[in-house]
Amino acid sequence: MMKKLTPLLEWFVLLFCTGTVCFFLGVIITDIISKGWPALSWEFISSRPADGMTKGGILPAITGTVLITLITALFAVPFGICCAIYLNEYAKDTWLTRLIRASIRNLSGVPSIIYGLFGLALFVQGLRMGTSVISAGLTLGLLSLPYIVTTTEEALRRIPASMREAALGVGATQFESIRDVVLPSALPGILTGIVLTLSRAAGETAPILFTGAAFYISGTSGYLNQEFMALPYHLYMLSTQHQAIEQVRPLAYGTALILLMVVLLLNLTAFYIRYKHRNND
Amino acid sequence: MKTLVRERYDRLFKLLFRTTGLMVIAVLGGIFLMLLWNTIAFFLQVSPWDFITGTQWNPSGTAASYGILPLVVSTSLVTLGAMVIAVPLGIGTAAFISEYAGKSLKNFLKPAIEMLAAVPSVAIGFLGIVIVGPGIARLTGQSNGLNALNGAILLAVMALPTIITVAEDAINAVPRSYREASYGVGANRWQTLIHVTIPSAAPGIIAAVMLGVGRAIGETMTVLMATGNVSAFPKGFFDSVRTITATIAIEMGEVPYQTTHYFALFAIAAVLFTMTLFANVVGEYFVNRFRKYHTA
Repeated sequence: MMKKLTPLLEWFVLLFCTGTVCFFLGVIITDIISKGWPALSWEFISSRPADGMTKGGILPAITGTVLITLITALFAVPFGICCAIYLNEYAKDTWLTRLIRASIRNLSGVPSIIYGLFGLALFVQGLRMGTSVISAGLTLGLLSLPYIVTTTEEALRRIPASMREAALGVGATQFESIRDVVLPSALPGILTGIVLTLSRAAGETAPILFTGAAFYISGTSGYLNQEFMALPYHLYMLSTQHQAIEQVRPLAYGTALILLMVVLLLNLTAFYIRYKHRNND
Repeated sequence: MKTLVRERYDRLFKLLFRTTGLMVIAVLGGIFLMLLWNTIAFFLQVSPWDFITGTQWNPSGTAASYGILPLVVSTSLVTLGAMVIAVPLGIGTAAFISEYAGKSLKNFLKPAIEMLAAVPSVAIGFLGIVIVGPGIARLTGQSNGLNALNGAILLAVMALPTIITVAEDAINAVPRSYREASYGVGANRWQTLIHVTIPSAAPGIIAAVMLGVGRAIGETMTVLMATGNVSAFPKGFFDSVRTITATIAIEMGEVPYQTTHYFALFAIAAVLFTMTLFANVVGEYFVNRFRKYHTA
């Protein structure tokens, strides 16, 4: 009897662990959707906050997040791809290459708040960009850099050497072989990495705390040299710093839902690219 | 002539790619120098001994004190709590996915875990305030449940995807022949898992835990929102705590440029950097050891 029951019990222990992890995810998603959904309306995503943040929408926070994420992409994507190309296509195994690789590994482990400090010291104060969209976007760009390099290099590594050799064999220079053969074949993998990295950047709060995020901006937003509102920062302020926290809770839930939707949508896009590419093989 | 232009392009882009590679080193070097420079500036004003052994963090008091101990203890306490929750759950889940789950269940669980990893930390911190906090408050009779336990639970959720992914890779990489040998001498699936597979995957699992620790120590928003932010010496999990990351987040926005307090925040950031670097380097070491061990 006991002998028959024990394997079942043991299986149950592992199932319990897995179930708990799924339970966490379930709670996060159902709670935010169920309580955020009533707050959603066309007005919520298309109008500016009103009455000291207790009414109105979150349009400036949405545009702010889109704007800094764009700057993040403009900075980190070309930089990261070029670096990955160097590492995978050109670099030989020297101490310098190993140093570059070690730097990338360490950069991906640096806490996001330290990127915030670095952005403050370098962009805001050092380069006198002030607390602004551009400072925050570049700070998030630095944070995203190691992920772009790692995922791009992974995608490049999967391209067989024979393709490069074929291009070189018909007389292409190494750059032409990379531009016309390697990069196009690796594109789906590179895109997946970019989208996932940007979804992470869009949800980051700590790096933009001191580099330009503001609780409220009056007037028009969208200038690169001004402070901005952002979805994650807005959620943080609404849930901890607002003077009428209970009253704005529905708005906080609405903001959380929009943020979650943005991030999950980007993730689904990445899944889709990967899935489609897999079918092509 | 045309070939000449093409070759020039080739050299030019090679140079460009190489430069970006070197600039990555400059970024890490820049972060390192920034922390070092400001920490030195801080130590010119406050003795390192007071900083390391001071039991009070009160930079805005009349007699400002810059003791990092309560912050380090807070960070360690929350991280420890998170690992107590996340390590067994993570390893159990990794073992389940790799050894027990069927193909369709795997196809559901793996994206689910990626999804969990994608949830922004500020959203998890928010749920710490509205769900975990009130829950703890009801159990303990505290007013809002914003304490170390709350932070530990949230950090466990944040660290779980890292731990599960790395541990699952480790368990997956154990050669099939090990398991078959174990089945061959009459062990069942559970005995094989406990006595053969997990011990052989041990370096990879240690790596998973260390990378999870690195993630937990460096997390800012969840602990900032959910732990109550009282900068006193914490006595237990039901006390409010204030981690290194939360202290930087709270005080950096208010502090005037290049004051002692400003430098002090860079000094605690340097300690934070060192702690996460240590966790990540140890994790990395075990990942590599694991790889060597199983390809040999």
